[in-house]
Amino acid sequence: MPQQQNNGRRVVFWPGNEVIPEAAIAAGCRFFAGYPITPSSEMAHIMSRRLPQVGGVFIQMEDEIAAMGALIGASLTGEKVMTATSGPGFSLKQENIGYASMIEVPCVVVNVMRGGPSTGLPTALGQSDIMQARWGTHGDRPVIALTPSYLDEAYMETIRAFNLAEKFRMPVFVLLDEVIGHLSEKIEIPDPSEYELVERPRPKVPPEQYIPYDSSESDIPPLADYFSGYRFHMTGLNHDKTGFPTTNPAICQAENERMMRKVDAHLSEIEKYEEYLTEDADVGVIAFGSTARAAMVAVNDARERGIKAGLLRPITLWPFPEEAARNLGKRSKGIVVPEANLGQLIYEVQRVAGCTGPVVGVNKVGGVPIYPGEILAKIEELA
Amino acid sequence: MAMHYKDFLRIDHMPHMWCPGCGIGIIVKAMLRAIQTVEWPINDIAVISGIGCTSRAPGYLDMNTLHTTHGRALTFATGIKLMRPDKHVVVISGDGDAAAIGGNHLVHSCRRNIDITLIIVNNNIYGMTGGQCSPTTPLGAKAATSPWGNADPPFDISSLCKGAGATYVARGHVGSGVQLERLIRGGLNHKGFAVIEVLSNCHTQFGRRNKLSDPIELINNIVAKTVNVRQAAKMSREELAGKYPVGLLHQDEEREEYYEAYKKVIQLAEAALKR
Ligand SMILES: Cc1ncc(C[n+]2csc(CCOP(=O)(O)OP(=O)(O)O)c2C)c(N)n1
Ligand code: SF4
Repeated sequence: MPQQQNNGRRVVFWPGNEVIPEAAIAAGCRFFAGYPITPSSEMAHIMSRRLPQVGGVFIQMEDEIAAMGALIGASLTGEKVMTATSGPGFSLKQENIGYASMIEVPCVVVNVMRGGPSTGLPTALGQSDIMQARWGTHGDRPVIALTPSYLDEAYMETIRAFNLAEKFRMPVFVLLDEVIGHLSEKIEIPDPSEYELVERPRPKVPPEQYIPYDSSESDIPPLADYFSGYRFHMTGLNHDKTGFPTTNPAICQAENERMMRKVDAHLSEIEKYEEYLTEDADVGVIAFGSTARAAMVAVNDARERGIKAGLLRPITLWPFPEEAARNLGKRSKGIVVPEANLGQLIYEVQRVAGCTGPVVGVNKVGGVPIYPGEILAKIEELA
Repeated sequence: MAMHYKDFLRIDHMPHMWCPGCGIGIIVKAMLRAIQTVEWPINDIAVISGIGCTSRAPGYLDMNTLHTTHGRALTFATGIKLMRPDKHVVVISGDGDAAAIGGNHLVHSCRRNIDITLIIVNNNIYGMTGGQCSPTTPLGAKAATSPWGNADPPFDISSLCKGAGATYVARGHVGSGVQLERLIRGGLNHKGFAVIEVLSNCHTQFGRRNKLSDPIELINNIVAKTVNVRQAAKMSREELAGKYPVGLLHQDEEREEYYEAYKKVIQLAEAALKR
C-alpha cells in the first residue's frame, strides 16, 4: 500500500501496540528489555526488529523482574529506555519499579491491561491495574500514569511519557487496555519539529563537586551518566544527598517528601484531561482508556434525549485531575464511573469529587467492553 | 606494582559495616589487586551488587557503583553492559543473593555468556538477615531456620554455572588471597561470563551456630575442605565427597560472547534498512 502523506506527515494504519514502540523510538528510546506477555507482546516484536536499526538494543530477559532491572541499568548509562508488559508481568516488576523511583532513574513502563486477577483473561480487555500502578510497590513514591484513548493521542502521550520520565527522573507508566493495544486506527505521524524532546538534567559541576541527590537548586537533582567520569553510588536504601545509606529520621523524611514534590509541585505541567460538554452538565461521567470512547457515545446519546451529560476523560490517571473532577462534582447531580474492573477509579472520584449526589460505577470484568447503552442507562438513572 | 588500596576505596565511608574477621574484606582486597593489574581506569568500571553483607561492598569502592535489589544485580549489570559494551562490569553477590533469589538470573547470564565478571561470596549462610539457611548451607548444618540441622541439599555453585554455560568458572577461598587475586584477574581478562566462587567465613552467623565462632578456626575449617583442581582430577568420587576443588575449574575461549553475537543482529537489521 503506498504511504499516504498529509501536510508532509506520514499517514499510517497501525494498532496501538505498534504506535507505542514507534513513538518511543521517535522519543529517543534506545533500549527495550521485555518478557513476552499477551496483550503486550507485539511491542517486543517491533522493538526487536526496529531497535537494532536505530543504534539501540533489544533484549528478551528471563522474566519481567530481570527486564525491569536491565531497564534501570541501561538508563543509568544515559539512554532512554522502555519495557512493555501486562498484568502478571506488571506485578513482577513492582519491586524494581520501587527501586527506580527510589534511586530516581528515568524509565517508561507500558502496561497493556487485561483481565485479572492472576492469569485472568490474557487476550481480553481489562482496566484493573490502575490501583496497582498507583500503589503496587511498597512505600510511598510519586506516580505518573498516562492513559490515552485514541492512537494519535497514544503517539504523543508516549513521547510525553519519555519527556516526563527524563524531566522528573522517575518511572512513568503508559496504561493501555487491551482494546487500545489491539485496535488499529489511521493516524498521522507528527513531524519531529512538532514536539520537543526532553533530556534528564545532567550535572553542570565538575565530577569532584558532583552530589547525586543535591536538591539545593531543584527538587530534581542532576543525574550523571555512568562512565562519564562522575563516579557515584546509588542504593535502594534510604540515602542522603550523597547517595549513601542513612537512617537519620530527619533526612529520610525530607528526602521522601522531596521525591513526592517532584509530582505534587508540578501538577499543572503533568496533569492532562479532556472535558466534553461538562460546562452545563447535570450528570458527569468520568472514564479513561477505551471505556472513555464508549462514554463519549453515551454522553452524545444522553444529550439527544435531552439529558445534559458531560464527560471528564483523565489522560493522566495519576496524578488524577482532582480539580477538574471536583468542579464536575460540584456542578452535577451525580457521577457515573464506568471502568473495566469491579470499582477502582471510583474510589478516587468519591474521594475528590465532593459530589452531593450519588457516584455510581458501571463495572465489567468479563473481558468484553462496556457498551454505550450500559453507561447511558446509568446516566438516565441519575438525571 | 605497589598496591595502594586507597586509590580504589572511598575511605571517607570507612569504617566498613562488616564484622571484625569477616572474609568479605579479604575478597574485596583481592579484587582490587586484580583490578589494578589489569589496569582498568576506575571511571570505566561499574560494580553492581544485590542485597546482603557482601552486597555492601560497592559502597566502599570509588567507581560507578550500584546497590540494587536482592538477587537482581546481574539484570542491572546486563542493561549497563549492553548499552556500554566497551566498559567493564563486575557483580559481587552473596550465595543467597546469587543462587537463591537470583538463581534464575545467574543461570541465564551463564547461558548468554555476556561479558560480566561475577564474584560470589559463598559463606554458606544468609549473613545479613540473621543466619538463615542458604542454598549452599551444608546438610545437617545449623542455621536460624534449621535449628535441628539442615535438610535442604546444597548447590555446588561452580558446577551449576559451568553446566549453565559460563565460559570461565573458578573457585577460590579466603585462606589464600594470592590465589584469589589470580583467579579474579583471570575472570576480568576473560571475554565472556566469568564466575569466581569464593568460599568465605561468616563466623558470626554460620560459625556461631556450628561450633566455629572463631574466624580463624572457621577459615581453617574451610581450607581443610579444599583440594587443588589438579589433585582433585586424580581423586575418586568417594575421596572427593565433602571436598571443594579450588583453582580454575573451567574455561572456554571459543564460545561467542553475547554482545559479539548481538553485533551480527545489528548488522543484519541495518542492512535490511538500507535495502
Ligand atoms: C526481596 C527481598 N527478600 C528478602 C530480603 C531480605 N534479605 C536481605 S539480605 C538477604 C540474604 C543475604 O544473604 P546472602 O545473599 O547469602 O549474603 P550475605 O549477607 O551472606 O553476604 C535477605 C534474605 C530482601 N532484602 N529482599
Ligand atoms: S554477618 Fe557474617 S557475612 Fe555479615 S559481616 Fe558478619 S561475618 Fe561477614
